Formats: sequence, C-alpha cells, structure tokens
Amino acid sequence: MSKQTPADRRYSRDHEWAKDNGDGTALIGISDYAQEMLTDIVFVELPAIGKKVAKGAPVAVVESVKSVSDVYTPVSGEVVAVNNKLEEDPALINKDAFGEGWIVQMRLANAAELSSLMDAAAYDLFLQEGKH
Amino acid sequence: MELIFEKSKPGRSSVSIQQSDVPATDIDTAIDKKYLRTELDLPEVAEVDLIRHYTNLSRRNFGVDLGFYPLGSCTMKYNPKVNESAASLPGFTGLHPYAADKMAQGNLQLIYEMQQYLSNIFGMAQFTLQPAAGAHGELTGVMMIKKYFEKQGEKRHRIIIPDTAHGTNPASGALCGFETITLRSNNEGGVDIEHLKSLMTEDVAALMLTNPNTLGLFERNIEEVSRIVYGKGGLLYGDGANANAFLGIARPGDLGFDVIQLNLHKTFSTPHGGGGPGSGPVGVSKSLIDYLPVPQIVKTADGYQWSDNFPDTIGRVRTFYGNFNVIVKAYTYIRSLGAEGLRHATEMAVLNANYIKEKLKPYFDLPYDRVCMHECVFSGKRQVAESGVHTTDIAKRLIDFGYHPPTIYFPLIVPEAIMIEPTETESKETLDAFCEAMITIACEAKENPQILKDAPLSTEINRLDEVLAARKPDVCWKKT
Amino acid sequence: MDYTPHTDEDIAQMKKAIGIASLEDMFADIPEKFCLKRLPDIPASLSEQETMALMQSLSLQNRLPQMTLTGAGAYHHFIPAVVGHIINRAEFYTAYTPYQAEISQGILQAIYEYQTMIAHLTGTQIANASMYDGSSAMAEAAILSAKTLSRDKIIIARSVHPEYRAVTRTYCWANGYEVVEIPFNQSGQLDLPVLQKELAENVAAVLVQSPNFFGGIEDIVPIAEAVHAHGALLVAGFTDGTALGILKPAGELGADFVVGEGQSFGNSLNYGGPYLGIFAAQGKFLRRIPGRLVGATVDKKGQRGFVLTLQTREQHIRREKATSNICSNEALCALAAGVYLAALGKNLQKLALLNVQKTQYLKKQLLQLSGWKEVFAAPVYNEFVLSCPDAGKVNDKLKKEGIVGGYELQKDYPKLKNALLFCATEMLSKEDMDKVVAIIK
Repeated sequence: MSKQTPADRRYSRDHEWAKDNGDGTALIGISDYAQEMLTDIVFVELPAIGKKVAKGAPVAVVESVKSVSDVYTPVSGEVVAVNNKLEEDPALINKDAFGEGWIVQMRLANAAELSSLMDAAAYDLFLQEGKH
Repeated sequence: MELIFEKSKPGRSSVSIQQSDVPATDIDTAIDKKYLRTELDLPEVAEVDLIRHYTNLSRRNFGVDLGFYPLGSCTMKYNPKVNESAASLPGFTGLHPYAADKMAQGNLQLIYEMQQYLSNIFGMAQFTLQPAAGAHGELTGVMMIKKYFEKQGEKRHRIIIPDTAHGTNPASGALCGFETITLRSNNEGGVDIEHLKSLMTEDVAALMLTNPNTLGLFERNIEEVSRIVYGKGGLLYGDGANANAFLGIARPGDLGFDVIQLNLHKTFSTPHGGGGPGSGPVGVSKSLIDYLPVPQIVKTADGYQWSDNFPDTIGRVRTFYGNFNVIVKAYTYIRSLGAEGLRHATEMAVLNANYIKEKLKPYFDLPYDRVCMHECVFSGKRQVAESGVHTTDIAKRLIDFGYHPPTIYFPLIVPEAIMIEPTETESKETLDAFCEAMITIACEAKENPQILKDAPLSTEINRLDEVLAARKPDVCWKKT
Repeated sequence: MDYTPHTDEDIAQMKKAIGIASLEDMFADIPEKFCLKRLPDIPASLSEQETMALMQSLSLQNRLPQMTLTGAGAYHHFIPAVVGHIINRAEFYTAYTPYQAEISQGILQAIYEYQTMIAHLTGTQIANASMYDGSSAMAEAAILSAKTLSRDKIIIARSVHPEYRAVTRTYCWANGYEVVEIPFNQSGQLDLPVLQKELAENVAAVLVQSPNFFGGIEDIVPIAEAVHAHGALLVAGFTDGTALGILKPAGELGADFVVGEGQSFGNSLNYGGPYLGIFAAQGKFLRRIPGRLVGATVDKKGQRGFVLTLQTREQHIRREKATSNICSNEALCALAAGVYLAALGKNLQKLALLNVQKTQYLKKQLLQLSGWKEVFAAPVYNEFVLSCPDAGKVNDKLKKEGIVGGYELQKDYPKLKNALLFCATEMLSKEDMDKVVAIIK
C-alpha cells in the first residue's frame, strides 16, 4: 500500500515531487509510488553541488538490482545540496520517499514552474487513471 | 563453504619450485629494491586440500553434462568429447603465437579452412576469427560498418535496433560512437515495417537484426526489411546468436545481410566454461571485405602466411589470432557433422522447440502462437494473476526438479518471459520429463504457491540476497 | 556423426504432436527463394575415429618447438597437474554464465576468490571476473577513463606491446578519441619529460606497461605523479603476470587501473588463445568498471553465498548506456588462474626469482657472443633486448633446430635493427640455454 500523498508539495508525471522551502529553494524526491515500482533501491548517483539542471532533465540516478532509472527534476535550477545519507543508506527512499528519502535541494530558477506541476489530489487522480 | 583463504595455513604449498641450475645472480643487483614487493598474500594450501576445495566447488555447479540446460538464446547443446580431445592435442596447445608461420602450418590451415566453411555455411564472402566472443564480434562488425561509411565519405550517426534485441547490440553500437534508436515489434513479434520506414533515414548506418529474433520467430518480411534499409543506403547487420535455427536451411548472405557475427560456443558446440571463453567469428559480404581486422591468412605457393597488408582494415581487435583453441573445437564439430549433420541438427533443434511449445501451451501463456524456430517464449503472466507466483519462482522451482532454468525476463517485450531453447541434443524422453515438471509446477502454483516462492529447496545455498550484495558490495575478500 | 538422439519413431511422434506433416513445414516462414536447394559446400561428415585421425594429422603439421625463447605477450610456463584436473571437470566447463546463483555457487565462489587474488597481486581493491585478453582490458580501461572524465585524448607509451597499442587505437578510433604515443628513452623506459610536455587538460589516461614490451621495469611513481597532476588516470599494464610474484604492484604505486594478460597463470600457449584479460582498479571505480563482478552475500538462512552483482553497469540492463558491451568473458581461464595461484601460493615468489636467475644467465651467455650488445639499461624481469649482427640469421639457425627464437623488434620499431627480444622462464634449463648459445655461435 502506498503512503498518503502529502499535500505540501507538487508532483510531476514522472513521479518526482518538489517541495517549496519558501527560501527560493525546493527539495526534490521521488514519490512513494515510484519507489514501490522500482523495488529495493540499492544505489543513488547524486549530482555535484552547483550543477545547473533544466526542468525535465536528469538530476540523479536511482538503481535497483535489475534496473536503472533517471530522476528528472520537475523544476529548473541549481543543485545546492544533496542527501548524502543516501550514499550509505539508499533504502531511505524505500522507507520514507517523502521525508528522509529526499534526493536533492535546488535553488529555483523560476518559482512559477512549481505551479505548473500537479498538486496532491491531481497526482492521486493521475495515479488512479494510470492504473486503469 | 570455506574460502580457499580460510583454509590457508602458513608454510603449506601445493607446488614446489625446483632449485636454480644456473650460477646465482643477486636479485638486488638485477632489480633495484624500490621495484620489489614486500609481501605476497596468496593462499597456502596442501595439494589434497586444494583439490578437495575445487572439487567440492564443482559439485555446487550445474553443467550440460549433469542435465538439461534449456537456457534460451544460449544454445546449450551437448559439448562432444571428441572436440575436447582434439583441442588438447599438444600440436594445438603447445605453440607460441609468434612461432614462425612455417612451424604453424597445421594451425594456419585449420583457421583458413574454418573461415571457408563458415563462409559457405552462411553465404558470406569472408570471415575473421579474431573476435573473442559474440559481443566482441558485434563490436568488430559495427566497426567495419563505421569504416565503410568513413571510406564512402558519409557521416551516419545512427543504428536501428529492434526492441527484442540483446543488450549487447545497443551497447556495441554505442561503443562505436553510434546513437542507437529502438525499432518496435509488430503484433506478430516481427519488425514493425511502418515504424522501420519512419526511422530509416540517410543518417542511419545500419539495422542490427537478430533473425530468427529473440522470440524464436523468423522475420517473414526480411526482403522488405532489407529493401527499406538498402533504399536509404544503409547496411544490414545480422546477430548470429540464433544461427542454430537455420544451418543448412538458409544463409544470411542470401537473405541480404552484410555482416554477421557468430557464437561458436552456442551454434558450434564449444563449451561455455562457466562464462567463457567463447569465440565470435564475423562474416562479411563483398562490400566490407577490405575492412576486416588484421592479420589475415593468405595462401601462397609457399604455404599459409599471416599478413598485415590490408590498408583499409579497421586494425586489430585482439592480440594474436583470437581464441584459437575454441576454434579447434568448432572445426572438429563441423568436420564430424558435415553439411548433412548440421542441417539435421537444426531440424531437430527446431522440432524440439516446437514440441515443447505445443506441450506447454495449455499451461502457460504463449504471447506469439506461431511456428517457432529453435526456441519458444512463454509468459508467466497467468501465474502472476492467478497466484502471485512470478517467473523467477517458476525458474527456481525447476532447479528442484533437476533442470537448469530457462532464460527469464528476456526478451523485454514479453512480461514475465520464459524463454526455452532445448537444442537438438536432447531426446524426446528428456523433453517429456521437462514438460511434466513444468506442468507440475504450474499446478503447484495454483495449489501451493509458497513452495515456489521458497524454491529451490534442494540446493545447499538457497535464494541469495541480491539487494544486500548491491547495497554493500563485497567483491574481494578481506582478512578480518 | 552427429549428436541428436532422435529415432525415426521419435520424430514421427513429435511431428504428430506438433501437427506437421514434414519437417520442412517448420521453416515455412522462410521465403521459398531463400531456402537452400543444395547443402553448403563443406566436407562430408566423419566418424569419431576419422575425425580424430584428421585432427591428429593437422596438429602434426605444426612443428612443436624444442624450446620457446619468445615471450612478447605469451609465456611458456609450467602448468601444475592440478590445474588441468580442475578445469576439465564438466561441472565447470559445460556450464553457462552463472545467472542462476543457487546452482552456480562453484564457479561464483571460484571467481570471487580469483578476484581477491588478482586485487592483491595488482595492489588494487577490486578486480572483475575477466576480460578477453590483456589488450582488450587495456583498451577498455582507456575508453572508461575517457568516458569517466569526459576527455578525448589517450596517451600510450611506445614501450607498450605493439598489439596492445593497435587494439587500443582501434577502440579509440571507433569512439572518436585521439591516441598519442610517447617514445622510450635510452633505457627502454617511457620518456618522462616527453610525457610531461604532452600532458594536457584533455588527456583522459596514460597507458604504460611494467614490465614493458622490452622486459624493462618502468618507474611508475613519477609517471603517476605527472599523470595525476593533470587530473588524468594512469592505466598500468604488465606483460608476464608471474612478475607480480616479486615486483611491487602498480596499484600500490599510483595506478588507477591495472590491466594485463593472465595467460601465464595456468593457461597453455594455445597459439594465442583463449587467454585471460585481467582488469583491476582502485575501489572508487567499482560502479564503473566493465565486465562481470561476483559479490558475496547471504541466503535466506544466513549462509554465505555468491551472486553476479552490480549488474546495472552491464549491457543487459543499461543497454546503450552500459560501461562496456562485454558479455561472455574468459571464466574458465580465470578459474585456471585461481587454481594456479592457489597451488603456488607464496611459491609464486620463488618461481619469479627463478625466472630472474634464468634470464640473467641467458643474457650473460648471449652477450659473450661476438657482436652482441645490450640495447637497454633498465632492470628486467624475464625478458631482455639484445642487438646482434644478423637477427634473421640467428632465428633461422634456431628454427632449424626446432627452437622458437627471439622476437624481431625491427618490424614494430624500425630503428631497432637486428634487435631481438628474448624471454627465459623456468622452462629453460642451463643445458638448454647453453645449447642455444652453441647453435647461434
């Protein structure tokens, strides 16, 4: 069973989320649905701090035993922090995709991009439709 | 089981080294101390313990000589013992690769004739035996395609690869600097002709096609496929992984392929050695002959000779002349069977695959219900839906029945794929018993799915934690 | 002779079960015009006895040498009996790649042990399950370096084996990378000042070999310092693996990758193959190196077991984005190497010392011949270069006596006229070497 989709952030069709920190930055991660699909995550390749990434471009890579997936940033900006804990414990994404399993923090290049993403209700609907 | 390092005890050894019979040179005067190592930490074990260690390891390993090995796409046929005897003749094993050509005429003749036999069997203009394995052959073939267009003064950046292809195809293309684009399959499991037409531009160097494809199905539209590719000036590359399906029946050269790579360890019965060595000869049509790797053998009045004198060659892809001793085994095989034997082998391989397909069809989903070639691909979808049992569980349970599991989860376009390649060397009784086991497992999946999920139950080591292995990699033992 | 067990009755029953009238029906998908009307033109089938007689006669058309004085990338060493006994066990040699770990623990554990021995021998932290041969291991290390650093130039020492350089050139050409060669100095070692001049920000890797093609031991430490000062990676090869029994391994001297030919470890000369590509690296490259890797883990009961691991690097998962396209490797040769190294244990050092003794003796004896001179001053392991009045004539004399003579360097190095590269291993007795000198005289 997937966890409840938090209402404090926005979602992309690629199953990434972005949470506005209110200071011009946002945390980026993948949704609980995405971690379930990926199964046990064994490795996360994190970007260098300072890297500039455009919306929709890959910002990190998550690997399971038999798959490799790009994490596409839902917003444009510059990487200001990465979740180093994932290097030691990539399972944090499986355990807590919306919390301790965040992947990168980005300085937003265009805060308006956030509003173009789905809210929690829309994302839940998107998931439901996708399952049909 | 203990590791060889854990059995080590200082002072033991298996092999003693004789005393030197030449006047002594002081090592320090020969080699400066700064270049010398201070410790050498290799296991120290007595010969009997060494032999028991590896013999016991071998007992935890499954090979064709122990039982049925229907690993799809890998053509695990029986490895005839005469091949091994021939290849172990001292004349073949004992020669240095730089021995003068005059001293190696037997080897040179064997390689030369092998190239001719393969050319005739596959309808190609010439073969190189230098590549060490199938993927190495692919790389060599794609390099020749690259060179061909370079010589034509054309810049083509792309290679088209069907979605059913082995991962080595796109990886080989990428290793030659090509962008690879994926071609969809149609609902019959063949090339989607309309999609091919839309992808095939003058920027495309080649289509890499496996025929029969990895679904075990022959590409019926091969003529149209080649027309489309040639129409835009492209070349047709044939992955010969499935060559066991058409020996003596049809020839890739006649079908229009410009390059084909083989796997001697599949089609020509050389053993796979637990992962290798293989051998990946590459055959080419006339248009690519100038680009073959060097050296090549030339036949002169003075006997066979190696020659580097081919100015348009792609160069070398390996040292020396390839996996020669593997080639000896395949040569032995071809000489034993002759053309009739090869054709009969193909017919029996295809008969066996179709027989399994028919027998298992009622119990497992068959996504493409056509006459298959040398292998058939089922889906475990029904079992997932009915009892939550996955293909991997079915595979693991087969181990308890004494079989090596088929290839699973490949090709990627078939969900929960089960790819069965029986080969020609298996008897009807073996196939019947295997199908019986598969049917029993299909019943177990309904009645007692847990037994599948716990399988294998008969091995000393049970299912292993692959997640742990990937999260905390331990690829090298350390003393604790 | 063929190996199909089908009786006519079996075939009839199976056809019936499938619902076909003739075997040809199974090939109906092949357009009629492509179906062969005539069998391919190859010799007719033979009985097993005839086959064996044919193969005997072919093998006898080779002339088995009395002695082999050439190394140059393939080395004639004694192979302990245990090696043949183990690699001829059908459980090992008739197996495919260990995809199903539960019934492949034998080869998996053996490869894990091999990886451990190789990492130790090369002074690195990790080694893969094997590459095709030493040259492809070196070429793939070059490609990996270029991809890792996003740089496009490879520097290779001319003192590296000519065929290794050729293979590296082929791989680099296919990827659009530039390859530059660095000459050797008067000692027969890489010319460091030239290297320093050539190093630039677009250099991905520098490729050297130690012992190098001339037998000389390279001074790795200053090379590594120069390479790393430019942010490039050092790929250090070796020629004869038994040298690692006494030489300080390049992995301890600053090499990022240690690659080389493992044939010396229990594999026959086999006229050039199958051989064993050794690929070892510093630990930080673990998730990038090409080829299979075996890792230790536990099963459901907590018992130690082994699996193929970190497979996301490989072609069957990453496809066009994979580190390499390699699939089949040289597992059985790696098994032979593991058994060989376990059988020798610390005696590998004794063996290496014996090679040094023999080599020094042969060199001294040959240098007593009139007109023979040492070409390079660098210290050597078991190969060395001498110049003589007429290299071709020397080898002709040796060939007449059934001896594979020295490697004539002139074909790869036009300036090294009449220079011969000799190799002396434990296979040569004092008597043999005295005979060689007498023949040449």
